Amino acid sequence: MDHSIIEKSTPLLVLLTLVAVSIGGLVQIVPLFQIESTIEKVEGVRPYSPLELVGRNIYIREGCYTCHSQMVRPFRDEVERYGHYSLAAESMYDHPFQWGSKRTGPDLARIGGKYSNDWHVAHLIDPRSVLPHSIMPAYGFLLDKELGQTDIDQHLATLRIVGVPYSDEMIAAAQADLTIQALVDADTDDLLARYPKAVTGDFDGQPSKLTEMDALIAYLQMLGTLVDFTNYDTSDLVQ
Amino acid sequence: MSTTAATADGAAGGGMAAVRDIPLSETPGYNEEIVKRFAIISVFWGVVAFLVGVVIALQLAFPLLNFGEYLTFGRLRPVHTSAAVVAFGGNVLFATSLYIVQRTCRTGLFGGKAMAEIIFWGFQLVIVLAAAGYVLGITQSKEYAEPEWYVDILLALVWVVYAVVFLGTVMTRREPHIYVANWFFIAFIITVAMLHITNALAVPVSITSTKSYTLFSGVQDAMTQWWYGHNMVGFFLTAGFLGIMYYFVPKRAERPIYSYRLSIVHFWAIIFLYIWAGPHHLHYTALPDWAQTLGMVFSVMLWMPSWGGMINGIMTLSGAWGKLRTDPVLRFMVVAVAFYGMSTFEGPLMSVKQVNALSHYTDWTIGHVHSGALGWVAFVGFGAIYHLVPVLWKRERLYSEKLVEAHFWVSTVAIVVYITSMWMSGITQGLMWRSYDELGFLQFSFSETVEMLHPYYVVRALGGLLFLLGSFLMVYNLWMTVKAVPKATGTEPVSGQSGAGVAAPAE
Repeated sequence: MDHSIIEKSTPLLVLLTLVAVSIGGLVQIVPLFQIESTIEKVEGVRPYSPLELVGRNIYIREGCYTCHSQMVRPFRDEVERYGHYSLAAESMYDHPFQWGSKRTGPDLARIGGKYSNDWHVAHLIDPRSVLPHSIMPAYGFLLDKELGQTDIDQHLATLRIVGVPYSDEMIAAAQADLTIQALVDADTDDLLARYPKAVTGDFDGQPSKLTEMDALIAYLQMLGTLVDFTNYDTSDLVQ
Repeated sequence: MSTTAATADGAAGGGMAAVRDIPLSETPGYNEEIVKRFAIISVFWGVVAFLVGVVIALQLAFPLLNFGEYLTFGRLRPVHTSAAVVAFGGNVLFATSLYIVQRTCRTGLFGGKAMAEIIFWGFQLVIVLAAAGYVLGITQSKEYAEPEWYVDILLALVWVVYAVVFLGTVMTRREPHIYVANWFFIAFIITVAMLHITNALAVPVSITSTKSYTLFSGVQDAMTQWWYGHNMVGFFLTAGFLGIMYYFVPKRAERPIYSYRLSIVHFWAIIFLYIWAGPHHLHYTALPDWAQTLGMVFSVMLWMPSWGGMINGIMTLSGAWGKLRTDPVLRFMVVAVAFYGMSTFEGPLMSVKQVNALSHYTDWTIGHVHSGALGWVAFVGFGAIYHLVPVLWKRERLYSEKLVEAHFWVSTVAIVVYITSMWMSGITQGLMWRSYDELGFLQFSFSETVEMLHPYYVVRALGGLLFLLGSFLMVYNLWMTVKAVPKATGTEPVSGQSGAGVAAPAE
């Protein structure tokens, strides 16, 4: 073919370039929305509770993803170190995903329930007080940031637009749920009905205050705990 | 404005035979003011990127350097990556592409001064808003696409103006052919628009909120992100910078491009194959296997057209190898092409699943990125800027070739120190994570691996510091070139500008 035809026509060069650069993306991305088995059929994955969502947004704000992955690969050492390998289903409500690309610190996909709230508070205030060789920044300032009246209901409503199944009831109760989850001795029945397995109670060691530290630890404590893997064997989890 | 300049470029940059039909006296004024502005600001952002890089490297070596709430590693890391890729790389691309397109099309910029101004100020505003956002904690957390929705919209608008100016200039060209550098710039502009808009799709919480939630979630969001992420490397940092190579290397070497046929083949091959390579960032994750396999296969195939570009760049020096000894500016560009060859071999290697199993999540990736970003992107950029400043300011030469020489050696050593420390750190880390003791238990806690890496992090910071110091030499040299070097008289300034007999491809 005489390539000079393309070299002499801007529209043709633009058009052919557009075709060349579109194909790969279309083939790789579109089927992920179409093929049902892309997301495994498992039970337990639910939208984040309001407090967990606030915590997750703090995790994003602080750039935790720059050093911590949330994606356990199916290798013997990773499964022994972190727990069951991660499923696509476990991040199906993650807008955006937090799989990460670097482990300057350990993977956090299954950090939930592994350490006490007190450990997390101590670690976040001064990482080197519990792990002498840690190179993590200190996040003690989260203890001073109180969560008052927020626009959390709008956050839930926005997430509903992009496909997270928050109900009207969840949105209406969002601000109340946000507070209740971190209260000591509160009536959490409704909250737990809406958000099963949510961890409740005071997180940051300051029962009288609801802070960003509460929210972040509430998020960390639920990570990777929603799917009960004793109900499945490997053949159930094939994509 | 610069008809004499056009004389040289009509032959060298235009690159095609039989282009002499337009009297050179009719060549319209080029907008070189905007190119000057982009050249200055790209040096500024380059220094910022290197400086923040040194700061965050030191934070990893000495965590007490994380100060307070706003200056932690987590918030500064996107400042570093955005400053390097978008601010430094982007402004270098604007400077060079807008310079090259005018000369190779022998016409001024389409849209006049106003549209060029919009690109310049709009883009700087994007950078400042994005960086301020990161420090304040406003981020979408998608790597190399961290800016929130309002910055994304602004960037999309600026990009559309840029596309109109660039394509408009190409369409009003006074040359029959579109020069090869412009093919690469066109692919870069179109693809980056497609990537940016798709990956930035999000719904803001409210019109007054800086927070948005991405349209896609989980596995689809991950695939979209790395389709974007890898192709920012492929089209922003590769196709765009290959455009720079295809103009400045032949120009500086005063030789035609080695193979016209090779440039055609590797252009179409590279833009078609690159777009498939994204999933290699997601090996062994919850992305379905078929997508991972496609990503790996295409990444390995990509090796060939990448080396096609390298061969075309380096072999352009055929018959002019001696210039490498005498012209440190050309040496910057040629060594850049060599680094390009090295990292486009390393990339396919790391995209093989079995290798990736070890390298992923480790500093090996960081080393790989920097051999490309410092060795290829920055070196081509430095070469182009060293070439451009005397031309744009009409100085007869650079202030000091010795300083260019010093800059070259300081930054080459810096890169070697940097990537070697990261290779060692990455492989050490990967092996320690998977090592078992004789009783079948994991041998090392995660904390022990962090402790082990400290010396490498110190060495890496030193490498980064050297690279930063090198850039100060450049700033001083460029400043003195403008301040202290006499104006050029007569024809094109700077050695290597006669434009004789360059690039007449066989058709």
